[in-house]
Amino acid sequence: MSNGNLPEQIVFRIRRFAPGRDKEPVWKEYPIAYEVGMTVLDGLWKVKETIDPTLAWRASCRMGVCGSCGMLINGKAGLGCNTQIAELGTAVVTVAPLANFPIVRDLVPDLRPLFDAHTALSPYIIRADTAEQEEPTREYYQSAEQMEAYLQFSYCIKCACCMAACPTCATDPVYSGPVALAQAHRYNTDTRDDGFEVRKEVLADEVGPWRCHFAGECSRVCPKGVDPAKAIQLMKRQLVADALGLRKKPPLAQPVEKPEGIERRPGIPEAPPPTV
Amino acid sequence: MRDQKLWTWHLAAGAIILFLLGLHMAIMHLDALLGIFNPAGGHPIDWANVVARGQSMAFTMNYILLLGAALFHGLYGLRNILFELDPAPPLKKALSWVLILVGVGLFIFGTWAAWVGHQVASIT
Ligand code: HEM
Ligand code: SF4
Ligand code: SF4
Ligand code: FES
Repeated sequence: MSNGNLPEQIVFRIRRFAPGRDKEPVWKEYPIAYEVGMTVLDGLWKVKETIDPTLAWRASCRMGVCGSCGMLINGKAGLGCNTQIAELGTAVVTVAPLANFPIVRDLVPDLRPLFDAHTALSPYIIRADTAEQEEPTREYYQSAEQMEAYLQFSYCIKCACCMAACPTCATDPVYSGPVALAQAHRYNTDTRDDGFEVRKEVLADEVGPWRCHFAGECSRVCPKGVDPAKAIQLMKRQLVADALGLRKKPPLAQPVEKPEGIERRPGIPEAPPPTV
Repeated sequence: MRDQKLWTWHLAAGAIILFLLGLHMAIMHLDALLGIFNPAGGHPIDWANVVARGQSMAFTMNYILLLGAALFHGLYGLRNILFELDPAPPLKKALSWVLILVGVGLFIFGTWAAWVGHQVASIT
């Protein structure tokens, strides 16, 4: 089978580091046989299985869903599992851990700064009718347009690629970063949510969107098309309007009554019972 | 003050600069095209035109407002850049105070200069 422009043998150039054992990270090279359809993650497995079993990285779903395998591939942040080696087009593939995070080992970054910032911004629906939320009796109504306002931002898998690409995250540990900010905006624009004031308590300070200069690197590398840079600019607009007393609070989505007196069309199966 | 407020003012100051600096460019540098605010005719920097602008209260206020907006906008922007270099919290506090003092000092000095200019022009 043809390998496209790639030779039979390619080289994985990997940054290795074991804190406590190594003084500083070192680059090591591993030649492996290229196979058509090979992803960067497949290549790492090949290195681990055939050359060095001590190589460490984080991955789970191998299909761009779990957000575990973010890494710097040829210098650009991306998911190992959804990056084809053929797409890179280089016979030497360099792999390093995501920038702007401490390293646990080899290609495993410590993502705690991301999750701490994310948690601090209450990334969940906040509203007063907690009883209805805990034991829902009805559904909250939301129109298709209302859902579209946040849908794109809800595709985030917390892979941290954007944080590794963000020039502000590179120098400023106080800045919450694109993941947490985009998620805060995702909930702030959800018509079922009433938590704007709660999140504003955090966002109004230094950790908020104020140090984002719209370089857009986060959106360029995002493997899920989330466009966190857009979310952050929309968030700034909302917070500026709020500071000027011009923010219009959209009406909060209310639980809708089950329609009465309507015949169910024949042949439509019942929804399965709730499992949780 | 919290960054939400400060950044909103930063943006508002940018809009003020855009307008007032635009006006300044139109008067001083596009005069051949527009020919406005130069009552004595000729060149915008002719002495008679300089004095005429100096006598006008609107111009004096314009200069003071532009000075305030540019100082706040520029110094808050500089503070943002410096804070991104992650100085220790006490250094952040000290930096803020230095920038406030520099800003207020320059504003007082500039306002005094604009006001004296207005007085001198008025008796010319
Ligand atoms: C046409 C008038 C101006 C407008 C509309 C304007 C607008 C802006 C905006 C929106 C920002 C925020 C950018 C960001 O956060 O990424 C900014 C930043 C900044 N501006 Fe202006 N500005 C103007 C003139 C000026 C002038 C005359 C100065 C110098 C005194 C200045 C100095 C700065 C500095 C130092 C920053 C911080 C840089 C940064 O945060 O990236 N600006 N300006
Ligand atoms: S915004 Fe995109 S790059 Fe950032 S964590 Fe979410 S999915 Fe990953
Ligand atoms: S747009 Fe903002 S969050 Fe995204 S990379 Fe640039 S500074 Fe970072
Ligand atoms: S392994 Fe799950 S996103 Fe790559």
